[in-house]
Parts: sequence; C-alpha cells; structure tokens
Amino acid sequence: MATAEPLLDVRDLRVSFRVFRGTLSVLDGVTLAVRPGERVGLIGETGCGKTTTLRAIMRILPREARVGGGQVLFAGRDVLSMNAGDLSAFRRKGASLVFQDPTAALNPVFTVGQLLDEVIKYSQGRAMPAKERRAVAAAALRDVALPDPARILNSYPFQLSGGMRQRVCIAMAIGVNRELILADEPGTSLDVTIQDQILRLISDLVAKRNVAVVLVTHSLGVVRETTDRVYVMYAGSIVESAPVKELFRAPLHPYTVALLECIPKLSGERISQGIPGSMPDYLHPPRGCRYQPRCPRAEEGCAAGRPPMREVAPGHSVACYRVAAQGGEDR
Amino acid sequence: MTSPSLMAHKTGPTVQRRDVLRRAWYNFSRNRLSVVGLVIVLLVVLLAVIGPYIAPYPGHAKAFVDFRNSNQRPSVRHWFGTDYIGRDILSRILFALRSALLMGVLVLAIAVPVGVVSGVVAGYLRGSLAEMVIMRVTDIFLAIPAMVLALAIASVLAPNLRNAMLAVTVMWWPWYTRLVYGLASSLRNEYFVRAAELTGASAGHIMFREILPNCLAPIMTKITLDMAWVIMIGASLSFVGLGEQPPIPSLGNMVSDGAKYMPDQWWMTVFPAIAIMLIVLPFNLLGDGIRDLFAMGEER
Amino acid sequence: MNQPVLEVRELKKHFPIRKNVAVRAVDGVSFELREGEILGLVGESGSGKSTVAYTVVGMYRPTAGQVIFRGEDVSREAARRNLGQKGQMQIVFQDPGSSLNPRRTVRQILRLPLMIHGLAKTESEKEEKAVDLLRRVELPEEYLDKYPSGMGGGERQLVAIARALATSPSLIIFDEPTSALDVSVQAKVINRLVELHRRLNLSYLFITHDLSLMRNVSSRVAIMYLGVICEVAETKAFFTAPRHPYTHMLLSSIPVVSDLEEELKPRKVPSVGEIPSPVNIPRGCRFHPRCPEAVQQCREAEPQLRPVAGGTHLVACHRALPD
Repeated sequence: MATAEPLLDVRDLRVSFRVFRGTLSVLDGVTLAVRPGERVGLIGETGCGKTTTLRAIMRILPREARVGGGQVLFAGRDVLSMNAGDLSAFRRKGASLVFQDPTAALNPVFTVGQLLDEVIKYSQGRAMPAKERRAVAAAALRDVALPDPARILNSYPFQLSGGMRQRVCIAMAIGVNRELILADEPGTSLDVTIQDQILRLISDLVAKRNVAVVLVTHSLGVVRETTDRVYVMYAGSIVESAPVKELFRAPLHPYTVALLECIPKLSGERISQGIPGSMPDYLHPPRGCRYQPRCPRAEEGCAAGRPPMREVAPGHSVACYRVAAQGGEDR
Repeated sequence: MTSPSLMAHKTGPTVQRRDVLRRAWYNFSRNRLSVVGLVIVLLVVLLAVIGPYIAPYPGHAKAFVDFRNSNQRPSVRHWFGTDYIGRDILSRILFALRSALLMGVLVLAIAVPVGVVSGVVAGYLRGSLAEMVIMRVTDIFLAIPAMVLALAIASVLAPNLRNAMLAVTVMWWPWYTRLVYGLASSLRNEYFVRAAELTGASAGHIMFREILPNCLAPIMTKITLDMAWVIMIGASLSFVGLGEQPPIPSLGNMVSDGAKYMPDQWWMTVFPAIAIMLIVLPFNLLGDGIRDLFAMGEER
Repeated sequence: MNQPVLEVRELKKHFPIRKNVAVRAVDGVSFELREGEILGLVGESGSGKSTVAYTVVGMYRPTAGQVIFRGEDVSREAARRNLGQKGQMQIVFQDPGSSLNPRRTVRQILRLPLMIHGLAKTESEKEEKAVDLLRRVELPEEYLDKYPSGMGGGERQLVAIARALATSPSLIIFDEPTSALDVSVQAKVINRLVELHRRLNLSYLFITHDLSLMRNVSSRVAIMYLGVICEVAETKAFFTAPRHPYTHMLLSSIPVVSDLEEELKPRKVPSVGEIPSPVNIPRGCRFHPRCPEAVQQCREAEPQLRPVAGGTHLVACHRALPD
C-alpha cells in the first residue's frame, strides 16, 4: 500500500533510560509509518513505551534517556540528526504534540489569547502584525468549536472547563497549519461525553485540513472509532499493525487477542481473567519475544529470537512466530 | 523451628532497608555539590570532635597571656599566627568549632521537635481551638525580627553560650511549626488519612504514624540548611558580645576581637571567618542532596 | 422481602462557598441497596456520585436527608459513628497511589484495622490475619514487606481491598476502583471483586463512570446527573431498554470494540454541551439544556423518579423515551 510517501517514518527506534538499577531498554526497535492525512492509532498499556515514542519523535526525551539507534524520518529528513535550527522549524511547522492533561499543559498565568499568540508568533515568524495574529487565534478557536472566541481569548485556563481546555490545546496544535499532530491520550482525563466530542473534533479537522494524526491511547474503543490504521505496542516494540476494521474483526497477535478479551463490553459478554503476569521489567526483558512469558500459545522457539514483523494479509503485519500467514502460503 | 513465613518476616525488612539505602545514596550522589558538602561537613565534625586533642597549644583556649609572642604572623610554629596577647589562633579555632557545632545541634534538637509536633497538631486539627492557639502564638514569634528577639533575650539574661542558645531556640521553633503546619494541612486530605479515619484510627496515630513520616523530607532539608543559619546567628551573637565570654574562644568573638587589628594583623580575623564559612557553606550544599535523598520510590 | 442493607432517603450535601451560594453536589438522592446486591452508581464528573459515596461512608455530614445502615440511622460523620458501624461499612478509593500511605509497608497497612477493631491480640495472630487477608485477594505473603511504591497499580488496589476486608464488613463502597488501571489489570481486579462478593456474601455500592463495566458487574444500575438520580433499573433492562435521554447520550458516546456492541447502542444521540456547574443548576429538568427531546414543560417543572415498565425501572423524565 505504498500509495503515498510516508510523512513520518520511524525506523527501528531504540531508546534506553539510565536509572539507579541499571539501563532500561524501553524502546526496542519501534517501526511505524504515517502517511499524509492519515489517522493512525498507537495503542498499548501503561509502560509499553507509547509516550516515550512520541517524545523521541519530538526530541523531548528526559535527561536520563539515550537514543540507541534508529531513525525518525519526517518528510524524508531525520529528526534525530537535525541541528537546532532545523529542529525548531520542524516543531514550528511540522509536528506538534497534544498532551494528555490539558490543565498541566496550559500555563495558568497567561490568558488563552496570550498562549495562542505565542504559538502563532513562533510559527509564523515575527512579521505578522498583532491584529492579524489575534484574528488567526480567533479562527483557531472557532475551528475547535469553541463558542464566543473573543471572550475565551481573554480568559485564563482555570476559567475554562476541562473539555474547553483540551480544545484550546488542540487549537494551539493545529491553529497554525501543521502537517502532523501527535496526540497523547487527548480524552483520557475527560468524561465520555466530552471525550466523544473531542475525538469527533479531531476527526473532522483531519478530514478538513488534511493533517495526519497519531492518536496514542490505551482505549481500544477510541482507536476503533477514530482512526484508519492501528499499531499495537507491547513492551517497547510494535507487535501488530492493521487497518482498524481488520484488527477488530480478526486480531492475530496473542497479545491483541487477550487485550480485546479484557475489555468490558456493552453486550455483557464476560470479561476474561486478565492477562497473566505483568509488563516485563525493562532491566531484564525476556529473551526472544517479549510477550512470550505471558503468552498462552508460546512454545520453545519463541524465546530463541525476536519475531520480525511479517505481512500476513494485505496491510496486516504481525510479529509472532505462532501466527501463520493467511492465504495458504504457510512455511 | 521457625516457619519460612516468619523467617521472611525477619529478613524481609532488612533486605528492603538496605536496598532503600543504596537507592538513597544513588539519588544523593547524583548531585556532585552535595557530595562535596557532605565530605566537608564530615571533616568539620571530625575536627570539632578531635580538635582539642590535636590542637598544638591547648592551653591557649583558656585565660593565657604571652606578650612576647603577640601579633605573630602565620609561621611554621603558629600556622594561623597569634592574637594580640600571644594566643595561637589555630588552637583557638579548633576549640571554637566545638561550641559552634554544639550550638547548632542543641538548638535544633529542641526547636525541631517542638515545632514539628505543634505543626502536625495544628495542621491536622484545622479549625480547632488547638490550631488557633498554636498558630497565633507562632505568628507572634514570627512577627518579631528574629535577630532582635534573640538580642533581647540574650541581653536580658547573663551573656553566655547557654543563654545564647536559649535565645536562638526560642526564635527558631516557629519556622518548623509553619513548615509542618502547611504540609500536614494538605496531607490530611490525602485518601490514606481518610481511610485511617474511617476505620477509626486515633488522632495520635494519624498525626504521628500516617502524616509525620510523609513530612520528613522537607524537615530534614530544612534542618540541614538551618544548621548553617543557627551557627551564623550564634557567631553573630558572640560577635556582639552576647555569646561565649572571653577568654573562652568562639568564632564570633575571635572575629570581633581581631577586627580591631585589621588590616595589618589580618590573620586574627580572616582565619576564624574562613572557619565560619567552612561550616556554613557545606551545610547549604548538603541541603539539595538531602531533598533528592528522600525522593523515595521514584524510578530514576 | 429482604431488609435493605443501606437506605438513602432524600440525601442532600451542599458545600457553601459564599453567603446564599452553595455547590449543590448532591441534591435529593434516594435509593436502597439490598442484601447481596451490587448497585452501580454511574455518572460523569460533577454528577455528585462520589459525594454520595463519601456522605454515606461518613466523610461528610449530610446537609439533609438520611442514611440508614442495617436499620440504624447513621446520618452523621464517621467520627460520631460507633466502631462497629465503621467496621461494617468500608470504602475503597479510586487511586490506590494516594489511598495507601507511601511510608508504610503492606504489613503495617493491614494490621491497622485489625488492631483498632481488636481483631488480633498477639503478634502471631496479627501476622496470620494479615497473611490471610492477602490470600483473600490472591497476593503472595511476600507482599507484606513491600512499600506501595514497589507494587503495580493493580496490586496496590488489591492491598486496599484487603484492608477494606480486614474488619469483615457487610457493605463495601467502591469509588471508581479500576479507572486508574489498564484494562488487563482491571479485568483481574474486577474478577477478584466479583469472586469475593460471591464468596463472602457482601453487598457493593459501585461508583463508576464506565457503563460497559457495570454491564458486567452490577445487578442494578442508577444514573446520576447534576446531583440527582435520573434513571434506575435492573442491569438487563437498563441496557436493553434505556428510557432517559441522558442515558441514551451516555450509551451512544461509549467507544466500543465490536459490531455486536455497536448494534446495542441506542441510535446516535450526539453529545452536546457539558455538565453545568452544580452552583447554577438549570431550572426545571436539570438536563434540559443538553436534551434533544426537551419541551416547554422540561424548562419549568423538575421531573420526579417514577416507575415505568413494571415498577422496578424508574425514570425521572417528562418525556421518558419508548424502548
């Protein structure tokens, strides 16, 4: 499906953290691609490395982290080796990050207008006159369906509700025509009815502006309703990727299957007993497939080496020795 | 005949404690300056303890006069020189270190428990009469400039080390009350406090077993920084003549005596002043490290 | 007819902020919890569901109304209830990170209720009981020496549950016990909760915002909006034939993972607006500004809970929707 050059192409990204106990290999070869205008879901549980992936892409990893290898290609150029000037241009015009907690992401001592103005000034250069910047800011607020932009521009973040704050964060991210938005759990701290509104908003904007989105979340339901393609992440690497419909109809990786069985369903099917064991310790990750110690289908070969991602159906890849290719080409 | 479970009960905590200590040292040692601070503090403490035994002229720390040797420059015989009546400065500094450190330790040993206990009580029992009384008394003490209060107390009583310490202690505890009051009044809303209340735990248990252990990090940090301050104030009091009385040496009275002979006989002032700095500075450096040390459970 | 374990009558909890202005967090809530039941109390943040839980358990004194626990009126703060009443009713909070003291070991945490309630005298008895509590939530006894920071979120919540079980309560209130956990961990915790419920003959009041979870766990569901209950029904009826427009909006906002579930969702009622502040509660029906069905009557008169379809299904809506 190489119809378009990928906008973002992450190849074999490795990140480790130096801590008291030793070195944690947190990202163990993450590979993913996002095409222009595509909505991609990145799903995984707490501690699987999703946020680290986003931070590595934006190059805002904490001081303890080391990038041990791999590339982050944005429009063909490696973000990891960019100099300060190019990096700043990439953050200004290329990609931006929407944080999980809108309250922490907005500086409480500035008004929404001042916050947006700063972003617009930064991304447009200083040439734009203040009046025009204000118009752009107001338009950005209108785009995220905030009523009465004039009033909101003069409000402080604490005067807005959680949902409105998250909309302001999104306005800051897309108000200035970027090509890629990385959204880190944008609805998690909000109620379902508000989350629903925010997710619909992101979807609409993607369609209208042709921006690509990477939606990081732990909620499979959210991914199913708002993205085109999904990457499932476990313990520092991608274990399955597929078009969203296909993933939910026919999940292949044992981890994806188990995860789906854990989710309480409206239909009242009994939820499973959960996944045995817990997320591996990154200090001594299991040999071979990192899911192997918890996997009901594991056999001896699974500990031998890392299973590579294999395309088993069009657009559907999985990193598991125990999943046979579909369409009779069993080896 | 011990069952395996009881064995685990005995060895478990020690193993955990050792791990906690190693992790604490890791957190602490990430800050280089605080390691430097720790080393200097340990050296100063060591000097204060063994000082009187290694002092070249222990007799010079008392009433002693030797006019033939007065006003000597630093030399091999007198490393830091001698003062206007011929006493060896190095020996007198070594003796003075003791009383300076002792002042810090004793003042805080009284001020901290008083402040911490009153702070926890006032913070947990917010809205009660106890809080009202404790916090208003604290406010009164905090409203009077510390140095003025200490001067007033020290000058009403006979000027000596004990009364100087008393004066500093009286002005010091309210700061701990304030600190702990703030911490406790936010911790009392934590769910672990609620849970203990709902099962029926006593106020004493909640204040001293649930809340207080969570206040330790800021308290320890403040103690470290305050060691430096108390020693400074102690030196200031003896500088103005309200501390240790001559002929017993104190860093403050050595500086003030020597000041009359500045700048020609500079060593009389400069060496005791450096000694004060060497005590005060490393405690400040240490403070940052102590804060990191208590950052428990964070994976770093 | 069983006597209800818990009866809440016209409960109100207002938090004054200025003269004549108050946050009306709970504004007239009545329900009963029968022996052995799991009642799900569902709502968005700001609906007052947690305030109901906290008032029932005695963290707040009710502004008005009554809390009757096993026939005894306990409408007061926990400090004024007797020890037996405290032990009989326990609560498990949302975030086990803050409900367990970070400076205390699991052993110390579990021993506290045993000591307060005089359930273990000697040292070995305390140790035995603490181990037994851990066993009930299926944690190994090595956990006694751990600090909360050395455990995962799910394990911490299990310790909090073990602590709640220490006094052998008959009613446990859960305040969003799994909303801070991952689904695979949530599944484990929920299964143990259901298992304990069955084995120990407990009654649960389960506060949550997750309707799909309630479908799996509860025997009855009550929906709260802005301080009042707007719909109560047996779980099955609730999900197959919801009546209140707000319930419809909630259900259709839930992101689901299968086509089967998609079909069970009511026709899409797009979510609009946000829950208003409980300081300025709209006149008439509290939901009318967001309600697609609202008519003049809804703006004027506040609807009361009334039975539909046989009597166990209650709805507070002038225009209660047909199936």
